[in-house]
Amino acid sequence: MDIKVLGSGCAKCKTLEQATKDAVAELGIEATITKVEDFIKIMEFGVMTTPALVVDGKVVSKGTLLKVEEIKELLTK
Amino acid sequence: MKQKILAIANSNNAWILPLLLLPVWFLVYYQLQSVADFFTDAIFNMETGSHLAESIRFFIFEVPKVLLLLVLIIFVVGIIRTFFTVEKTRKALEGKSLFAGNILASLLGIVTPFCSCSAIPLFLGFVEAGVPLGVTFSFLIAAPMINEVALVLLVGLFGWKVAIIYVATGLVIAILSGWLIGVFKLEKYVADWVYQVKSNQSETNEEKPSFSDRINAGYKAVIEIVGKIWIYIVLGVAVGAGAHGYVPEDFMGSLLGDQNWYSVPLAIIIGVPMYSNAAGIIPIVSVLMEKGVSLGTALAFMMSVIALSLPEVIILKKVLKWQLITIFVSIVAIGIVIVGFIFNYVM
Repeated sequence: MDIKVLGSGCAKCKTLEQATKDAVAELGIEATITKVEDFIKIMEFGVMTTPALVVDGKVVSKGTLLKVEEIKELLTK
Repeated sequence: MKQKILAIANSNNAWILPLLLLPVWFLVYYQLQSVADFFTDAIFNMETGSHLAESIRFFIFEVPKVLLLLVLIIFVVGIIRTFFTVEKTRKALEGKSLFAGNILASLLGIVTPFCSCSAIPLFLGFVEAGVPLGVTFSFLIAAPMINEVALVLLVGLFGWKVAIIYVATGLVIAILSGWLIGVFKLEKYVADWVYQVKSNQSETNEEKPSFSDRINAGYKAVIEIVGKIWIYIVLGVAVGAGAHGYVPEDFMGSLLGDQNWYSVPLAIIIGVPMYSNAAGIIPIVSVLMEKGVSLGTALAFMMSVIALSLPEVIILKKVLKWQLITIFVSIVAIGIVIVGFIFNYVM
């Protein structure tokens, strides 16, 4: 699974990145988590509100700081 | 208990809990003065009229009052916001003409969910979709300046009249500043790479949120925002309470009263470097006004703290050339000065 956290380094984006790592660890799944901070790349996903979460190229959440439980739900869908 | 509340919140009857809590809210809210009096006079057994007693009475009354107002308004605004998304707002503004577009953008700026950390992707998304630059600026000025936290604090500490004046003049500044930026055709001062951005605008089929989703968004907003700013409010009111009891009336009048023409520009210069502490600043300003700071100066100060912030300008530097940043800051600052002068001299 390929997970991207989109965000330009604000506090919320860092928190989401950590929450995503925790969610992946708790689920025990294989996933690469990358942080995307370049605005041009962020815009390629059509996202205007950060932080956003992209799973396998699909935007699953934007503009909200998800909790670990919520991320787990999104990843297991 | 918490589990139980969450279980109720997640069911289809999500509206029941807020409806039950509303009378409780009103009951508590309208008893605050007697509770504050009870604590100061009976429990602490203090002499009415002494500086310390009045400071403590102010603190015990204002902190729960502002927090109660915050919880109610943020909950309601959190629900309203679920009806608006940046995507819908962008669609509404695409290719809009000047002025009409500026008015719409400023109004949508109030209700569209916005966090200043998303200012850049939002700017890119708007400009790339064909929202005119001036219209985009109207949105970017109104969105942070007129927000629910500022509104609650203004209503709670200054009353409805000042709150309405703040919102109305804030809207006028956002509309006219954006309109001017549009009229001057400043697109050439946007960083060159901005117009090369290609965004993928494929319609993500958003699920329409259910009614309980909307109620839950209200809870989430309350927990997130109140959780973040309550400490600033407590500190701000504490400083205000200290000043309330001890600083003599009219103390500030000599420096920031309406006799001094420079009080408004001075307030703006002090206000710009202060950032995101609106929650703590407004309680202090409310007490300064009691001590002789005039309404125009206080409004100018609050607007400059909230709307013109150094960190936000630095963020915008990534997408704007310095000429446009200078023009943007100047226009908004002049707008705030005019508002300050109008209320100091005309009203």
